[in-house]
Amino acid sequence: MNRLNHLFATKKDNLLSIYYTAGYPEINTTVDIAEALEKAGADFLEIGFPYSDPVADGPTIQHSSQQALDNGMTLNVLFDQLKDLRKRVTIPILLMGYVNPIVQYGVELFCKKAAEVGVDGVIVPDLPMYEYETMYAKYFIDSSLSNIFLVTPQTSPDRIRKIDALSNSFIYLLSSSSITGGSLNVSDSIEAYYARVKAMQLNNPTIIGFGISDNATFKKACQYANGAIVGSKFVKLLGKDNYLDKIPAFVKSIKG
Amino acid sequence: MKYGVNEQGYYGDFGGAYVPEMLYPNVEELRQQYLKIIEEPDFKAEFDQLLKDYVGRPSPLYYAKRYSEKYGANIFLKREDLNHTGSHKINNAIGQILLAQRLGKKRIIAETGAGQHGVATATVCALKGIECVVYMGEIDMARQAPNVSRMKMLGAKVVPATSGSKTLKDATNEALRDWIANPVDTHYIIGSVVGPYPYPDMVARFQSIISFEAKKQLFEHTGKQLPEYVMACVGGGSNAMGMFYHFLDDESVRLIAVEAAGKGVGSGHSAATTFLGKEGVLHGSRTILMQTDDGQVVEPYSISAGLDYPGIGPQHAHLYKINRAQYTSVTDDEALQAGLLCCQLEGIIPAIESAHALAQLEKMKFKKDDNVIICLSGRGDKDLDTYIKYFNY
Repeated sequence: MNRLNHLFATKKDNLLSIYYTAGYPEINTTVDIAEALEKAGADFLEIGFPYSDPVADGPTIQHSSQQALDNGMTLNVLFDQLKDLRKRVTIPILLMGYVNPIVQYGVELFCKKAAEVGVDGVIVPDLPMYEYETMYAKYFIDSSLSNIFLVTPQTSPDRIRKIDALSNSFIYLLSSSSITGGSLNVSDSIEAYYARVKAMQLNNPTIIGFGISDNATFKKACQYANGAIVGSKFVKLLGKDNYLDKIPAFVKSIKG
Repeated sequence: MKYGVNEQGYYGDFGGAYVPEMLYPNVEELRQQYLKIIEEPDFKAEFDQLLKDYVGRPSPLYYAKRYSEKYGANIFLKREDLNHTGSHKINNAIGQILLAQRLGKKRIIAETGAGQHGVATATVCALKGIECVVYMGEIDMARQAPNVSRMKMLGAKVVPATSGSKTLKDATNEALRDWIANPVDTHYIIGSVVGPYPYPDMVARFQSIISFEAKKQLFEHTGKQLPEYVMACVGGGSNAMGMFYHFLDDESVRLIAVEAAGKGVGSGHSAATTFLGKEGVLHGSRTILMQTDDGQVVEPYSISAGLDYPGIGPQHAHLYKINRAQYTSVTDDEALQAGLLCCQLEGIIPAIESAHALAQLEKMKFKKDDNVIICLSGRGDKDLDTYIKYFNY
């Protein structure tokens, strides 16, 4: 049982996860940010590793990725920074990024390295279910890494069931079919989608992401899921001066 | 077909549909529908009629007498440059607009580099009265301004891609982001044999008309069933795949794909993907792409905007890996010289893309009776500025 499974076994509601891009705005503050977020009350974290062509991301995360690449962030640098992660941070950590850098690194080696530094799970938006199942699942399982799948308002019930069967920590519910950084438009149809997924009584917990940016959207998401993820809004904060000092107030503003 | 796609969307090690879940329903709908729709008699009839009456097909297979004398073989040019809108791109645009209509889509998006695919897409959208949005890199919009105006005249909205390197790959990213945000009413007309399955197969089928015609036309010219050589330029690879398609299973035919070496394969300013690339994932498929050791996509360079792409279609990656086709490259200089030679020997101003295929003739050793077909994928009107600057006319 990795830290993620332990978290979901002990805490069922109002879980807050924060996403940020490693290497942004500065190359060497990856673990400092993680530590500050844990102290401020985040329940788990998603650390993005940058990619030159992030098709699922909006302008905020695109910008942070480009800046991180310009700062020299690579998977090698990131794993090196995370070597002492577990001396400073205890909450679950996921890595999030696109498939090509992982393929170049070597999927098997990536999984081993991630587990070695104390990473609990991975989110790869452009790694499809078929390729995961047939080519890569064995490496994730050998390293006790959870692979997190995404579900959108357009995902069919059959496919949600299949995703549930392949998942072993939580399912990432996208609040709308959009790229990151949009506004959460809680229309009737989106509420109906949340309710529909909730009624399916899935084996895995669900966490809602994309468009969560304040206490109101966080609370709304938590009515339907076990928690929610804040990404672009936090990345914007990192673009400001003295961002480490601003983290406690930011987390409080989301959790209420 | 021996070299065709399998049920999972793979050509050997390459292909697949590496798309985020947000795009899964769009791609899955296409996968389930595309073969059914394009096999329907009603679809075939409309496709054939438009290719004939609107595009002007069949395009001639022209016996190039002076080329033949110069290179010591029978050289034939497949004249895609004579198509409406000036290149082979229209074949695919017609196919996909008919497909989009039958899928009930109300809005079309496309990416474009040089603007040829954007113009072809804007054209078919005007023809069908469907809303059209074309994404184009901000830098490409500046260097291909006439095509931007053409698209606007045809009623399309041209949106600059301002992210990343502001060229074709970024225009493709922006189009994919648009499709994520508009999953239900929008069809994405990809312009080459790239992207997630089923695009590479679908685009290849629409472009396969090129080799379907050429095979018959060669027989009419020579009484021979097959040529010795078939040659084409490759960026993403749609004209090459169309030109190779009906010759793939004829193992005696030597297929030659010509990439853009830019300022030279080792110069750091090149788009010669099979020479400089490694296996990886780009724009939804596993293929060969130019990238850093860390898996970041490298911005390619070629004087020809249509070949200025960091990857190749997955079927090309497969044909390369198993040696069914030979991948070679020519530089900017070689291509421009070959373009000028074509003007002076045959009275045809070729697109700089197509001139890359012609430049390869200099490097070939033919036997006297060899029959050689070269795809002249587009006309050079759009490239006049580049030619004029280079040769000081």
